[in-house]
Amino acid sequence: MLESAPAAALRIRNLRKTYKDVVAVDGLDLDVPVGECFGLLGPNGAGKTTTIEICEGLTAPDSGDVEVLGMHWKTDAAKLRQRLGIQLQETQLSEKLTVLETLCLFRSFYHQGAPAEDIIGLVQLEEKRDSRIGGLSGGQKQRMALACALVGEPELLFLDEPTTGLDPQARRQLWELIEQLKLAGRSILLTTHYMDEAERLCEHVAIMDHGKTIALGTPRELVASIGIEHVVEFSAGGPGRELDLEPLRRLEGIRDVKAENGSVLMQATELHLAVPALLAELARQQIPLTELRTHSATLEDVFVTLTGRHLRDE
Amino acid sequence: MNSAPVDSQIHSPAARSRFADHPLTQLTLVRFREFLREPEALFWVFIFPILLAAGLGLAFRNRPPEVLQIAAVSPNLARSLRTEKLLSVSEFSPENGLQALRAGKVALLATPGSNGVVVYAYDDTNPEGRTAKMLADRAVQRAAGRIDPVGSKDRILREPGSRYIDFLIPGLLGMNLMGSGIWGLGFTIVDSRRKKLIKRLVATPMPRHYYLLSFGLSRLLMLVVEVGVLVGFGAFVFKVPVRGSLLDLAVLSLVSSLAFGSVGLLIASRAQTIEAVSGIMNLVMMPMWILSGVFFSAQRFPDVIQPVIHVLPLTAVIDALRANMLQGAGLVQLAPQLAILGCWMVVCFTVALKIFRWR
Repeated sequence: MLESAPAAALRIRNLRKTYKDVVAVDGLDLDVPVGECFGLLGPNGAGKTTTIEICEGLTAPDSGDVEVLGMHWKTDAAKLRQRLGIQLQETQLSEKLTVLETLCLFRSFYHQGAPAEDIIGLVQLEEKRDSRIGGLSGGQKQRMALACALVGEPELLFLDEPTTGLDPQARRQLWELIEQLKLAGRSILLTTHYMDEAERLCEHVAIMDHGKTIALGTPRELVASIGIEHVVEFSAGGPGRELDLEPLRRLEGIRDVKAENGSVLMQATELHLAVPALLAELARQQIPLTELRTHSATLEDVFVTLTGRHLRDE
Repeated sequence: MNSAPVDSQIHSPAARSRFADHPLTQLTLVRFREFLREPEALFWVFIFPILLAAGLGLAFRNRPPEVLQIAAVSPNLARSLRTEKLLSVSEFSPENGLQALRAGKVALLATPGSNGVVVYAYDDTNPEGRTAKMLADRAVQRAAGRIDPVGSKDRILREPGSRYIDFLIPGLLGMNLMGSGIWGLGFTIVDSRRKKLIKRLVATPMPRHYYLLSFGLSRLLMLVVEVGVLVGFGAFVFKVPVRGSLLDLAVLSLVSSLAFGSVGLLIASRAQTIEAVSGIMNLVMMPMWILSGVFFSAQRFPDVIQPVIHVLPLTAVIDALRANMLQGAGLVQLAPQLAILGCWMVVCFTVALKIFRWR
């Protein structure tokens, strides 16, 4: 393709979509630069899937403008389909077909692309080449779904929750694959509700809630933006020995204190001051510490700070 | 790669691979693979109709003329009656004879009455009794010296083409075409939609009409086997005649299959669950199983509903198949039925395309 390359692989302006009485996407703006992996984060029902399906041309928006690879679905659908790779959330392929048969089928729809055999090698399913899809493990099925998205050598990949429901090892394997694709220069739009996934794979992330972007930036910028560097989590005391949280809020280096499911979460700016102060306060109240953990602030903490809720709250 | 002549474009590796890699080829292959890897489907489409035809063919096979059991009370009478080959005569005492008659062991009891009269005791509502009476009386009269004033000769006709099995095979063939057209499309499409497989395909550059066309193509190839197996079975095992041209039969089967395929497509165009589509399929097929004359003639239904019965696709298919196979009717004579099928095909396909749910 010798057309002048657009600066953005994907450009969304003021996108809206309403289902009956639910506003799924509410005036969304988004830019995915070429060659970048962009993460769309948010809890279930935040509007991630609706957004990505509008970008994939599977759902029509109520209003707003979506420009994919410099083209529009209304006028360039056939051209666009050839240049996109799509993985739907929980793709189910025909269980009775083998890995090779399925990829040959998908390959036949695209003008360009590597032979099905090469794609099988890329996603490391050589041993399963002639096995039926029905007999694959969850991780293998997800790699197969990714393979189906890759057969047309897409410039832009849409991956909708590619690792949901996988065990840690299968997730890591898929992450390595996605990193390879990034090295090959493909643009990727990825949705996930795993913050560690976004932190590892994405150059930029947009955090979505109730159909809107509530934060946008690199993972590092977002974590920095909430002004917390560390989170201290501890359990102390027991029945009849209630901990008084008020004095904790006044400790040096502590920004916020919250009790949650029997443990306490404290957001700390300076860990080296906060921890000794906490221990001293517990000793003063004569309450024994049963568990203490600290971690550097993550995108999860960004979400909690912005919305007061956890990402995977129902 | 092979020894095909150079001038044959089709056989060059490049052309062959272009054919093999064509989306329509691949989609049709998928249809076949999915079908062949489902043993139940194979049973219902190929084995079941044969079992049904074999079972019903055996039950309604033409037996040799039956010999009727009768009883005679006197030895003289018994001797005269034994001249009739279609009667098997036993001698009884009057009481035992009456008992055997009541128990249905014999169809008739012949007793000598006063003045040389013969008394026949039988149930006149039982066809066997009536037949036995006529045969017995003829034997008694002839034995007594009667000469029939008009001579007669029998010519026995037991020709293929007018037996129940001849009626049945085209009926089963029609039923089979309907079943595989409607079930084959209905279940596959709704199952793919339920599993979001259709949505996944629509997300690729696959031309949508290829998807629907692949069902038509696979039906077409399967048809050859389906029709061949059933007609071949009927012809070889029961000598069911195929009097019309095979080409006409092929065209007829093709049109029927496409008409039922369109009906199946329409049924499957919106449904999102297997339960829903099963319900609609049964609702559509049940009246035709009953009304369209698969197992007995549709003429038996009241005249009022005959016009309705005649426009049902299965009635048209079965009428046309019977006319073709049993009477040797050509396509011209079958034009009315073909027109009915054509209408079903065009209307259902057009509506299905309009309302088809692609996700």
